[in-house]
Order: sequence, then structure tokens, then C-alpha cells
Amino acid sequence: MTRLAVPRWVDLLVIPLINLLAALAIAGVVVVILGESPWVALRALVLGAVGSWEQFGFTLYYTTNFIFTGLAVALAFHCGLFNIGGEGQAMMGGLGVGLVCLALGGWPWPIVFLLAIVGAAAFGGAWAFLPGYLQAKRGSHTVITTIMFNFLAAILLNYLLVRVLIAPGQQSPQTARFDPSTFLPYAHEMLAAIGLETGRSPLNISFLLALVCCLLVWLFLRRTRWGYALRSVGANEAAAVYGGISPARSVILAMTLSGALAGLLGINEVMGVQHRLLLGFTAGFGFTGIAVALMGRNHPLGIVFAAALFGALYQGGSELAFEVPTFTSDMVVVIQGLVILFCGALENIFRKPIEGLFQRRVPGTA
Amino acid sequence: MNERAAPGDSAHGAAPVSAPPPAIALRGIDKRFGPVHANRDVSIGVAPGSVHGIVGENGAGKSTLMNILYGFYRADAGEILVGGKPVQIDTPQDAIEAGIGMVHQHFMLVEPFSVLENVVLGAEDDVWIARTLERARDSLAALERDYGLQVDPDARIADLPVGVQQRVEILKVLYRGAEILILDEPTAVLTPQEIDYLFRILRRLKEEGKTVLLITHKLQEIMDVTDRVTVMRNGAVVGTLDTAATSKAELAELMVGRKVLLRVEKGPARPGATVLAVEDLSVIDEAGVERVRAVNFEVRTGEIVGIAGVSGNGQSELLEALAGLSDAARGRIRFDGRDLAQLKGPERPLMLRRLGLAHVPEDRLRRGVVARFDSSETAILGYHDDPAYNGRVLSDRGKIVAHCYDLMEAFDVRPVDPLLRTGALSGGNQQKLVLARELERDPRLLLVGQPTRGVDIGAIEFIHRRLIEMRDAGKAILLVSAELEEVLSLADRVLVMCDGRVVGAMPAEGADVREIGLMMAGISGEAA
Repeated sequence: MTRLAVPRWVDLLVIPLINLLAALAIAGVVVVILGESPWVALRALVLGAVGSWEQFGFTLYYTTNFIFTGLAVALAFHCGLFNIGGEGQAMMGGLGVGLVCLALGGWPWPIVFLLAIVGAAAFGGAWAFLPGYLQAKRGSHTVITTIMFNFLAAILLNYLLVRVLIAPGQQSPQTARFDPSTFLPYAHEMLAAIGLETGRSPLNISFLLALVCCLLVWLFLRRTRWGYALRSVGANEAAAVYGGISPARSVILAMTLSGALAGLLGINEVMGVQHRLLLGFTAGFGFTGIAVALMGRNHPLGIVFAAALFGALYQGGSELAFEVPTFTSDMVVVIQGLVILFCGALENIFRKPIEGLFQRRVPGTA
Repeated sequence: MNERAAPGDSAHGAAPVSAPPPAIALRGIDKRFGPVHANRDVSIGVAPGSVHGIVGENGAGKSTLMNILYGFYRADAGEILVGGKPVQIDTPQDAIEAGIGMVHQHFMLVEPFSVLENVVLGAEDDVWIARTLERARDSLAALERDYGLQVDPDARIADLPVGVQQRVEILKVLYRGAEILILDEPTAVLTPQEIDYLFRILRRLKEEGKTVLLITHKLQEIMDVTDRVTVMRNGAVVGTLDTAATSKAELAELMVGRKVLLRVEKGPARPGATVLAVEDLSVIDEAGVERVRAVNFEVRTGEIVGIAGVSGNGQSELLEALAGLSDAARGRIRFDGRDLAQLKGPERPLMLRRLGLAHVPEDRLRRGVVARFDSSETAILGYHDDPAYNGRVLSDRGKIVAHCYDLMEAFDVRPVDPLLRTGALSGGNQQKLVLARELERDPRLLLVGQPTRGVDIGAIEFIHRRLIEMRDAGKAILLVSAELEEVLSLADRVLVMCDGRVVGAMPAEGADVREIGLMMAGISGEAA
């Protein structure tokens, strides 16, 4: 853990950037092997992500999901916990949103929005509280329990949608459409209201909520005594105990808040876009959140950038698959995998030389 | 400290000319870690086929020396000779090739593996592990025959008692063909029966011509099993003696030293009301071992009570119990008349701090600081709930940083940068930051563990002066230190701990160092 040699901006920007370029370079090689021009592919990828208002809107819409799940992983990590149950917590969050929206049809959206946030956070938080409690009181490892809770959430949601919440007289397991009064405003609608015409995209007000959450998470961790306690448990539990901090309480708090953040994904997906509760809306965002947090160095600002990158890959990748026929959607997953590989597992291959570079240039700072 | 010319330096040169070259010889080994001079011109010769003991208090430099010998550290100066020939030992691999094997204090075993698998680990000599294992099985049988090292080769390490695990460590070393075995505090984790068994093995090893280096701070073991013994103090050799021609008392005296004490300027204590009362206190650790046994004492305002003793004799557990970090198994701790048992839960340390207890923990890195935090954040550990630093929701960053800045100025922590990561501060500066945090709170009772461990001499004086000032300001202070000299120069009353008990209590003024040394070594005053 001798990470004091490099300035923070190198740690947060330069190293991830180099890792990203390395990942793209390897992806380029794969494209060449497929017999396509890597430049054409790169162009399609970039233009697909940010080429038009519409496409940029899609990118930011995916970014919103990645911010929620990335923040969830990062917050737990600050307490030394590995929450890989974002997927399940997001499902439960969506359930909370769905129940609020179904119950409050006809109410104005701002009120429903606030209550749905409470519902998403409460359901997602509760789903993570249990593994947190088991970790704190019984020593059951969160890596195991949260992954099992993912399956439990999927099964529970499946049951509810098939048996309980399914719209009458319908075949597919989903609820009735919410009352339009509860729909969140889209970005293109809001921008049109101030006279800016942009392309239609699923991007909605949830994106702003995600940014606010980043700020709140940062404030909580760095500027409150509870965040202090949580981080001290993650960084040195013996010292935390010496300081009169309860590790058990911090673990439970960290997991609950983490689950609440993951649950907010339901706001974007269920209330913002689908306008009904259905199966599979989490689409793996909960898992990718781990990579987002890793790449963002568990820092809220870093997570915004990392989420934007993954959002761009997600959106640009699907455009790429559309434009270059040999480039299937599986290839997009390959590129994502490469980014995760280079930014996560292999990140030390560039870190060491760069650290060496800085140590030579600024001697005696260590 | 540095005015003492090591008097025992000539001891190593006394070997007869005609004798075979020493199995292993260290010449002029010198090692510094920053300001700490861990080994000062150390020279030791060990005769082949002998058991040679190295004794000294904690921090005397024994472990550093052995780590140099085994290639974990490199000496700044000096040379190592094996069988009369100089060798270069830069890595443990070099040491193994030179025939040196080490049995570590903390075992280096893979618990889910079998004994056999552990023995060959790192010494596999075949592509097929099965063939290596078969050969090892034969070698093990031979070793068992030769040295009486009975171990089931197919048992899982995790299922074996500690004493047997240690035998596996010894087997590992012998399997690699070691002629010289270093055992670092081998009895620390053993029961008396296991110790007997170990000593029988050591004697067998000696009979078979192996050379054994035994590092310990227990004098009885030296007397029981060694042929010669080297005493270290403050990084230097103070003497090498024939075990048969010495006594525990002489060794204790050499170990503790009779040098002039660095007396701290202080007036007489003016003790007042009792602040801390410990009645019949026993503490049992997580492993179920009784570490503190029926201890009684009081600390009053305006006095420093010092606890002397060889490390690991219950002082740490006592301190942790007094600080509210662990529970008493029996007995009572009263702080200003309040029974600690009435305060419950993980927030007890916080409550105690609010009541005026400050605690400088013994193990700074483990307990006292959070290396990853800013210095300013470490500087409020345990006081982070204080309204002075907190608004209703958000904490007041400006005040926290300013507070840290003040602490750093007052205790000369360098560099004066509250935003610097705590882990980037040197050990001495971390210690000063912890002391500043705890002392500047105007506590009623101050618990101090190893206040000057790893701190340079200038800072030691400063810390000592601050503690005396605290005393004169009417604070009650309990001091635990492995440095007897420190206890004697700071404390007004001294308690000596051995094996969890308080075995002696006396005023520090005019206390007999030799007598205390004997008590620390577990030899009762009357018997000596």
C-alpha cells in the first residue's frame, strides 16, 4: 500500500487514461483480426456515443445507471466491504419505485418522485441491510451473502410479477403502465421547455439525481462524523475500536446506504423510462458498477467519469454493432471486458513505471 | 544513551586459536533504521555443534541481527562467516544455500496442506509433485529417526497443535539441509511440556553436530539448554559467557544494565485523590489464556505509576482493559469511583474519553493512527464526536485542520502539514501526533503505553518533560514501558509485572535496578 509517490491527478486521471488506451489498443487488434479497420470501428464507437444529441442522451442515460451502482460499490468499499449485490438491490429498489408509482397514480410527478426515491432507497437499503447485519453480527461474508441475495431478489421479483402484480388480462410478467402523471420528465422535454430542441432519448431527470447523490456521498464520507467512523472501520478496524467506533454499526450502515444507492437505479429505469415494473430492467448494471467503482478509485468524482466512460462504451458499442456487421454485440462485451481487465486487474502494470517516473522527478517526497 | 562504549566487545575474540573455526561468525555487524541504531558493531562467534543463546530485552536488536543473518535485511557494515569463510547473504535463498535455516516466531505454514506438502514447499525438485513427496517421505522418516522429531507426514497442519507445527518448521529447515538453525523465541507459544520436548530435540540436534542459535528473552531457557550465551542491550553485545559459568542473576543484570539512568528533572510528587483503582483484576484473552492475574493497584492525581516488565507479561492486556477496550474477567476497575463494568458496548472508549481518560496505545500503527487518513483526521480519532468539530450534520473541516495544526506546532510534529497522510509521517512524528492528541485534552487520567518506542532521543526528552508537566498539573498517569530506564526515571512508584501478576511494588526513588531485573525475569527477591 505504498501509494504516496504520485500526485492525486496522476492517480485519478493519467493512469486510468493510459489503461483505457491500452484496452482500446488491444480491442483494435481484435478488430483487425476480424478483418475490419480499427479506425472505422473507433469512429463508429465514438460517434455512436456522442455523435448526436440523441446518442449523447442515450450515453448519459446509461451513465446514470452506472453512477448509482458505482457509488453503491464504492461506499461499501470505504468500509472495507465488497458489495456485489447491487443487481439484487437495484431490483428491489425498482420494486419500491413500482409500488409507489402504482399507488400514487394521478399525483403530480414531483411528489411521486420524492416518495419513489424514498421507496427505492428503502427497498434497496433493506435488501442490503440483511447481508450487512449478517456480516456484522454473524461474520457471514458479504461477498457470499450479497450474491445469494441477488438470486433471491430475482426470484422474489419474478414471483411478484407473475402472481401478484401482473396487470389483469395480460400475458407478460409486468405491471400495468403507470399513470402518465407519474412519468419523470425527459431531458429533451425539459430542454424544449427552455427553447432547446434536442433529439429524443431516455435521458431523464434521474441523471441530476445521480449527480446530487455523488455530492451527497462525498459529503457524507468526508464531511460527517458518521462517514468518518465508516472510513476508519474500513481503513483500520483496531484503531476504530480504540476510537470508540462500533465496527458492527458502521458495517450495517455502509451496507444499507450502499443498497439504497443501488436501489435508486429503479428511479431511472422504472419510473423514468419503462413506466412499468418488469423483469430484467437491471440488465447487469449492478455488476458493472463494481468495475465503475474500481476505475473511479471509489471517489464520487472518479465514478462520474468512469460511469460516463462505461455509458459511452455501452451506447457507442451498440451503434458499432449496428454499423459494422461483423462486429456483434458480443464484441462490445469484449471491449468492456478489456477495459475492466486493464483498469482493474492489470492496473499495476502501468502504475509501477509511472510511479518510478515521478519518484525520479520529485525526489524525497516519500 | 550513546556515551556507553560497549564493554563486552572483546568477548568474541577470546576463542582459543586452535579451536575449529566457528560454525557461524558475525563480525562488526552494524545496522540503522533511520534514527534507530538497531545493531552496533555486533560480533558473535558460535562454535559448531553447540547451542548458543542470544538474550536481550525487546528492542535490544536480537531480531534485527537474525534477520540480517537470514537475508531479510542487509547490514550497513560487517561480515558474516560460515565455517570460517565469508559469505554474502542478500536473500533467504542465500542463507539456505549457506546452510542456515530459520524457525520463525510466527510459523510460515500453509494450514490446509499436509505436513509433507509443507515440508517440500519451495524445495520441490521434480516436475511431478508426487515424486518429490515420495522422496520427502523417506527423508522425513530418516530425520525422525535421527532427531526424534515425531510428526505424522499426512496430517493436515490446521489439525496439529502448536508444538507439533513448530516441529514441522524444524523439519522444513532440516529437509533443506541446514547445518545452522536459528530459532526465534521458539517457546513463546508453547506449553511447558512442549518446551521440554523442544529442548530434547535441540539437544539431539547438537549431538548430531548441528549448530543452534536460540533467541529468547527468557533466562531459564538459556540456563536449561545453551552452552554459551550472548547478551545484547541497545543493539550492542554486552557480553558472551559460558552458560555453566554464569547465573540468571548475572544475565539479568547484563540484560537490564546498570548504566547511569537518564534522570528526568522532576520534583517530588504530590499525590492527591485516587483516580484509578484496580481491584483484583483478571483479564482473559481471546485464546482463553489468563493474561492479567488478580492485579491490585491505585493511581492518584499528581503521580506517575510505572509498570515495568518484560514485554508480553500482561502489560498490554492490562492497559487495554483499563482503556475500556476489553472486559475484565474478574475484579473491578474504578475510574473516579465509577465502575467500568457499568459502561458497555463498543462506544465505551468514547464515554471514557468524555469522562477524562486519555490513552496513548502501545501499538501505534495498529491502534493509534489510521495510516490512510489525513493527519488532521487521525488527530481527532476518538474525539470525532466532539461538538467542537461538528455542526448538526456536517463536520467543521476548518476547525479540524486548525486543531491539528495547533497540535503539530505544540508537539513539533514535522512536517507541519495537517493534510499530509498520517502514514507518510515518520514513526516518531506519528507518535508525537498521537501524544499530542491525547495529552492536549486536559485529561484526568492518562494511560501511556511505550511512549517513546521508535522515537529519536531529542523527542524522548521532550515527551518525558511533557509527562512530568502533566503530573505536576495534577493528572494521574499510568505508564507502561518495556524500557526499565524510562519507567524508573519517570515514575514515582513502580510496579513490576511478570506472568500477569504484579510481583513487586516500590517507590522509584532509590529502587534497585538489579532487584527489579530479577523480578522481571521471574526470580523472586528472596531467592536471589
